[in-house]
Amino acid sequence: MRIEVELNGGPLAIEADPGETLLEVLRRTGSVSVKDGCSRGDCGSCAVLLDGQAVTACMLFAVQADGHRITTTEGLADGEGLHPVQRALLDAGGVQCGFCTPGVMMAALDLLDRDPDPSEHDIRVALAGNLCRCTGYVKIVDGVRDAAALLREGDDG
Amino acid sequence: MAESMTGKFEVVGHNERRVDGTALVTGKPVFVDDAPPPPRMLHLALLTSPHAHARIRAIDTSRAEALDGVALVLTHENTPTTRYTTAGQGYPEPSPHDARMFDTKVRFVGDRVAAVAADSVALAREAATLIEVDYEVLEPVLSIDAALGDGAPVVHDQGCDDAWDAEHNIAAYSEAVAGDVETALAAAEVTVDVTVETHYGQHVPIEPHAARAELDPHGRLVITSSTQVPFHARRIVASVLDLPVHRIRVIKPRLGGGFGVKQEVLIEDLVALTTLRTGRPSSLVYTREQELVSARTRHPMRVRVRLGADRDGTLTAIDLDVLSNTGAYGTHSLTVMSNAGSKTLPLYNTAPDVRFVGRALYTNLPVGGAYRGYGATQGQFGMEVAIDQLAERLGMDALELRTRNHIRTGGTSPIFKELGEGREGVEQVITSCELPRCIEVGAERIGWAEKRGARRRDGSWVHGIGMSIHMQGSGIPMIDMGAASIKLNDDGSVNLAIGATDLGTGSDTVLGQIAAEVLGIPLEKVLVISSDTDLTPFDVGAYASSTTYVSGTAVQRAAEDVAGQIRAVAAAILRVDPSELTLGHERAATEDGRSVSLAEVALRSLYGVDQHQIAATASAVLDTSPPPFLASFAEVAVDVETGAIRIVDWVTAADCGTAIHPRLAEGQVEGALANGIGYALTEDLAIDATGRARATDLGRYKIAGTLDLPRLQTILVDSYEPTGPMGAKSIAEIGINAPMPCIANAVYDATGVLLTETPFTAERVWRALQAAGVR
Repeated sequence: MRIEVELNGGPLAIEADPGETLLEVLRRTGSVSVKDGCSRGDCGSCAVLLDGQAVTACMLFAVQADGHRITTTEGLADGEGLHPVQRALLDAGGVQCGFCTPGVMMAALDLLDRDPDPSEHDIRVALAGNLCRCTGYVKIVDGVRDAAALLREGDDG
Repeated sequence: MAESMTGKFEVVGHNERRVDGTALVTGKPVFVDDAPPPPRMLHLALLTSPHAHARIRAIDTSRAEALDGVALVLTHENTPTTRYTTAGQGYPEPSPHDARMFDTKVRFVGDRVAAVAADSVALAREAATLIEVDYEVLEPVLSIDAALGDGAPVVHDQGCDDAWDAEHNIAAYSEAVAGDVETALAAAEVTVDVTVETHYGQHVPIEPHAARAELDPHGRLVITSSTQVPFHARRIVASVLDLPVHRIRVIKPRLGGGFGVKQEVLIEDLVALTTLRTGRPSSLVYTREQELVSARTRHPMRVRVRLGADRDGTLTAIDLDVLSNTGAYGTHSLTVMSNAGSKTLPLYNTAPDVRFVGRALYTNLPVGGAYRGYGATQGQFGMEVAIDQLAERLGMDALELRTRNHIRTGGTSPIFKELGEGREGVEQVITSCELPRCIEVGAERIGWAEKRGARRRDGSWVHGIGMSIHMQGSGIPMIDMGAASIKLNDDGSVNLAIGATDLGTGSDTVLGQIAAEVLGIPLEKVLVISSDTDLTPFDVGAYASSTTYVSGTAVQRAAEDVAGQIRAVAAAILRVDPSELTLGHERAATEDGRSVSLAEVALRSLYGVDQHQIAATASAVLDTSPPPFLASFAEVAVDVETGAIRIVDWVTAADCGTAIHPRLAEGQVEGALANGIGYALTEDLAIDATGRARATDLGRYKIAGTLDLPRLQTILVDSYEPTGPMGAKSIAEIGINAPMPCIANAVYDATGVLLTETPFTAERVWRALQAAGVR
């Protein structure tokens, strides 16, 4: 089946099998920041923004994304300049192995879009679906908090 | 946060941006399975055993092979029969060589039966279901007690020379004795006798095992693998497939977490053989279920601790008896079990009479392996719970009892020599121990004096506070080796090539910082290449908390050699003696301010006078393994109505020597704690009466998420290890040892109920509370 989406600001037309997940199609077409950690919606590594909302791409058929706007980590940095959420997570020490990081950033962006000044608890609730085995979450939470501050200061990268 | 850094370093001790950071946060294709698939790549799927113990009478692969797009089916009938161990350890591996690529017998639910290579993952999986296997189901051995029983089925009835006693299911045995522990216990004024039992846990790297193989244009086999041990993987694959080592190149790209489970050579042999047989590139990525069940786990252990002490609280005797369940194969069985003693007993070196006895038993259950903590986690659980029980019996504060007995700078223990890694150990004298400071700052931050014994109650929730202290090592002395090569480029930058394996900890950054510090250049001028058996010098890999200390020493030595060569050229330019020059700010300078840039030095050496490449390679094998130390303090709340445990506050103070990168070091502590807290409270493979794990996904195998943990507080105390690179020792493993004893001690403080069996699920805690009449 042919689907058409807006991926990171540009049009994309893909042939997808009816049974293929959005995760499989995105990775197959080069958006490999979207990670497969469990294939069943438990770990959050494959989170992408679908019309601005974080969803696990392994839990959607690709055809369900037809006509929608998708953002992945590939779409965040502006040339050489990192997006504030990328910079803040990195500088706070919220990136260890980095495998969960793209999904974490999607959940963070979803939150910061709704709430520019979240509390630590708000951040923890927003990231509850993103499993990280490396950090213990302290520095991920700090990174999201710092990203919020950067975005409030009007730093758009 | 770190206490005041000494400020004597320019790069070390600073939270530099990671060398791989930008690639990671921009989602570049840096992990094994991210690279664009080469043309005609085959995808592998595994068929695994549904039985805990069975012999394969016959296997029919014809229907799978007949499927269009299936290129190859591997079974015991068409693969090498060499016995080997998947344990990625140094040569010769101190684990029994009891495995075959595919065996005629399966020994646990999840054991390999066959592999299918096909044009797509879906096709390979479909084909795997078409393989027909005729099993003769055998009686399984489903516990350590069953393994020891008279007439127990023999898991490795094919015989295994280097297992301790395969006929009686004993994979490994070790003992270490100092003094006469039985006499000392009999004479002791106060004794305790505590037995704890730990369960099956899995590492859960968020990236499952992944490997690809392809033939390069010269016919060499290139394996890209999510491995912690590229050099061991190359050696072991060569041996299993009977290939010369020089035919194989192993590359480790970025790694999505390892924690020990990627110190096993679990899938590289399959992609390698597939590519050799078909000439086509091949790929295998574990499913999450395979990662949980077919990969490796933490060895469950039964640990009995007997302590003897004087009335004043001085330990007189420690007896540690360990029964370890190594599961179907003996990977790391001897060394993990020995570590339960060697990383536990020296911490309390006041007792002159000490004994360790350990046996590792084969069962038809999932396979134990290397897992962060490596036996210390299980041994220290028993010890730290026993210490609290002894304190109660003495009527002494548990903190005070620890303070009276723990090892200090200048101290030693006979265990260091008696109990090594698969052989005799190496004598050690502690050259840095800031444990007293860790205990002091941790106790103050958590409010030990006010909260301990207070049993604050909030409805049905009762609060308690617990502590535990820990040690680990920094590499395996006289065994672990790291090497580094550095060369100077025309612009004053350097290439740093290291065999060391960054498994997501940031060790490429840490090792780069050490080189930058010695050479007086910023980190961005150090171009780090790591973990490629063709391009980097040897390193044993990422395990045993060795990288910062052992590989870091190699980097420091190589950098010092290069620094000397730079000074020699600079001295010729400046017409001074090399000894008058110091390196810093990318220049070699005299005390009176004359200087030359490293770029000028490089240009002269490459294009000018006396042309040569400024470069050096250095190795490190150390006879020291200074332990890091750590004190953890937990406040927990126990719901006496449901048995639920909530972590209210957690404070950890650690002594890792110089923290080369404090934020990464804190992250190691926090990550290890989170992993350990999950294991202590909720993670469980939940193995049923037939030996099958029920927790085969991350919904049921519950690791800690953001809402399961408080904001973990970490303090790195000021410390300097004189034998370490820039004063550093290790930090990556130690934290995982704290949660089990710390939580058990806190629950005891809250309720008076001692939890000795893990995990501390609400149901288990509720039953224990009910049995004790706690309401």
